[in-house]
Amino acid sequence: MSIGHTLLGLLESGPRHGYDLKRAFDEHFGQDRPLHYGQVYSTMSRLLKNGLVEVDGIEAGAGPERKRYAITDAGVTDVAQWLHRPEKPEPYLQSTLYTKVVLALLTGRDAAELLDTQRTEHLRLMRGLTERKRKGDLADQLICDHALFHLEADLRWLELTAARLDKLAQAVNA
Amino acid sequence: MTPAGSLLAARDLRKAYGRTSALDGVDFSVHPGEVVAVMGPSGSGKSTLLHCLAGIVRPDSGTVHYDGHVLTAESDARRSALRRRDFGFVFQFGQLVPELTCLENVALPLRLNGAKRRAAEATAREWLGRLEVDDVHGKRPGEISGGQGQRVAVARALAVRPRVLFADEPTGALDSLNGERVMTLLTDAARDTRAAVVLVTHEPRVAAYADREVVVRDGTARELAGTA
Repeated sequence: MSIGHTLLGLLESGPRHGYDLKRAFDEHFGQDRPLHYGQVYSTMSRLLKNGLVEVDGIEAGAGPERKRYAITDAGVTDVAQWLHRPEKPEPYLQSTLYTKVVLALLTGRDAAELLDTQRTEHLRLMRGLTERKRKGDLADQLICDHALFHLEADLRWLELTAARLDKLAQAVNA
Repeated sequence: MTPAGSLLAARDLRKAYGRTSALDGVDFSVHPGEVVAVMGPSGSGKSTLLHCLAGIVRPDSGTVHYDGHVLTAESDARRSALRRRDFGFVFQFGQLVPELTCLENVALPLRLNGAKRRAAEATAREWLGRLEVDDVHGKRPGEISGGQGQRVAVARALAVRPRVLFADEPTGALDSLNGERVMTLLTDAARDTRAAVVLVTHEPRVAAYADREVVVRDGTARELAGTA
């Protein structure tokens, strides 16, 4: 995820302090991985340097000064470009699992066992995500669905590979 | 005897159709309130396993124990009565009676079990509400969507308060959103009523609603380590 673009996007609705930005980020996107304050401030320094945000005001308090950031026109353009640029689909062609299966076959180990062990791990995670979905709100459901669909694709591959193990063994040992 | 703690259990089930072996020594058990997913490729024997467990098909050998009964030793009439009283069924499609309204469909098994019309329809209405399809009670199956029909079918299966619910690809004909809703409602209701659920599916995302998973391959069943 591009933290810089996300923070910029959050600034579009109005100027915010670094702390507010972190809170907004965590609320929408940081369920599993909240932002560190350090990440917020280093990102804001970079955006400031690149002219994508500006300091809208500084409040003096008991602690350190609190800067309020506002997005610039260049920042708005940058967010718009980022939103409309399609993400490059993950090609999924370098699979550790495939490597493990082939190596197991090459070394005379039980590849079916390996696939079953992986299947168990995948399903365990899928159960956890399904439970989280049941109890969660719409944001939780969408986040978990994204993960569940990817895990399901892996599982289908595991099943298909299990069904083709004999052929694969012949091919790699030929 | 049914093995300790389990409500329904099978031991060494074998079943062949002609020369084709569908089940080749399968053990299985499910506890009250537990949802067990039965997975496996097409033709692996998972539906045959469900039919043997439910007493619809008699295995060639092996036993099915249900709540102290040896189901495989019971007469056809006795197994039918047990199925009607204690078991609920949800299939992929085609299970509602097209001539009856949805309310009448859900009330039907209750009526067959001896409930009076008014009481059966009150219970049916309650279950339609629970499955979020109370608004279709007066419609016939041909007048509602596939997702609504499947919810009506789940309502019908659960309305008799079965002790075991057998679901064979219950979301197979539904889109993702409807499939998920049906699974959530089905497993929530089954857990509330402490019904055991035998869930046959080839979809991992459906199996993820279960407490554990049994994989059937080439007629043998295997519980994957650590899924309990």
